[in-house]
Amino acid sequence: MDLELLIQKFQKKDTAAFEKLYQMYAENICGIINVILKDPERSQEICQDVFVKIWNNADSYNASKGRFFTWILNIARNAAIDELRSKSNKEQKQNLNIDYFVGILEGTEEMESKVDLIGVNKLLDGLKELCREIISLLYFKGYTQKEAAEELEIPIGTVKTRNRNCISQIRKNSAL
Amino acid sequence: MDIEKYIASGILELYVSGALSARENEEVLNYAHQYPEIQKEIEAIEATILDLTQKTSPGMPLNGFENIASKIQFDDKPTLVLDTKPKTRWSSYLGWAASLVFAIGLIWTYFQNDQLKSDAEITNQTLKQLEDTLSKVKSAVADKEKILEELRAKDVSMVLLQGQQVSPTSYAKVFWNTSDEMVTIDAKGLPEPPDGYNYQIWSLTLNPLTPTSIGILADFNSNETKLFTLENTNESQAFGITLEPEGGSETPTLEQLYTLGTVGP
Repeated sequence: MDLELLIQKFQKKDTAAFEKLYQMYAENICGIINVILKDPERSQEICQDVFVKIWNNADSYNASKGRFFTWILNIARNAAIDELRSKSNKEQKQNLNIDYFVGILEGTEEMESKVDLIGVNKLLDGLKELCREIISLLYFKGYTQKEAAEELEIPIGTVKTRNRNCISQIRKNSAL
Repeated sequence: MDIEKYIASGILELYVSGALSARENEEVLNYAHQYPEIQKEIEAIEATILDLTQKTSPGMPLNGFENIASKIQFDDKPTLVLDTKPKTRWSSYLGWAASLVFAIGLIWTYFQNDQLKSDAEITNQTLKQLEDTLSKVKSAVADKEKILEELRAKDVSMVLLQGQQVSPTSYAKVFWNTSDEMVTIDAKGLPEPPDGYNYQIWSLTLNPLTPTSIGILADFNSNETKLFTLENTNESQAFGITLEPEGGSETPTLEQLYTLGTVGP
């Protein structure tokens, strides 16, 4: 079904449409949360809460705010970051570890049994440290271009072009 | 606009990440609607992030959606209605259909009635116009009968005025009722006078030639019968018609003598 139509039905509180959207994006939402929390069990729980939030806030989405996926991505990372903050030391609140992928890839046993580490490695193959940092900040921490530039101490325009190069590299890896 | 350059700028990657301002978001959305290449590129970037995030997923329990469904079901927000399958029965459709048919019938009748009213009004107007015409015709006939009656009277003599040098084809007739001391001039044989001029009627006595004005033919153009009645107390021996400046002259302008005729013995 057409995505726009599906979203419209979902916004009219059509549970069948909502279930389809869940099937389309649940893995991704859980994946985002897991990259941030590095805790598969807890990520699954938070993921369910996130979908309840998505349902409750259906009215607040509209296409002029961006892609539907971008909207739910934002809800998911906010929920995950809130969870991380409530767990972490209060003094370190503003200083969360940004390199989420290292955490995933270093992997505990639990992580190895649940996550497709080979797949992740394949996608991130050849990506420089700066790329991983930029992607972490923009997609998993919800930083703006300016915030990312300040965090990484690089010019603001570089964030934009470098990010495109990084994503292009992942696209190439994905196509292999 | 240079689409390739726009795509290469990296703005679409930021769009998918949600890093753009509201204004920039709208701009990208507009371009995406306008240029299919941009829409395609956005979807490709999104697919990459979907690919990456799917691979980092710890997987979902099989009954994942049921858990969520149960949570939203017990939420007491009034807007949350889990069972949104439309409860429609044939009877309610039939009811709506019947009322729709009735409404259409009602509207049709209304317009029919309106049409008849307007038709009747047009007929009435036509009738009134015909009555007006008839009364005008009757009155015109009565007028003409009266004129004919006057011209046939015993004391009326007719004088034919022949066209003169200025206008050889012109003619006029004067019906002179000597007992009433009235003349009726039939001016049908005269051309329409130019603007600012009137025909003036003169009574003439010969030896010596003395013209006396009887009057002017006022409103010549609008007088359909071209019959003009004037008073004439003179012992006229001849009548003449000249073209004079509007309002008439003291003495006739002989260069503009249109018609002239003598009273028979």
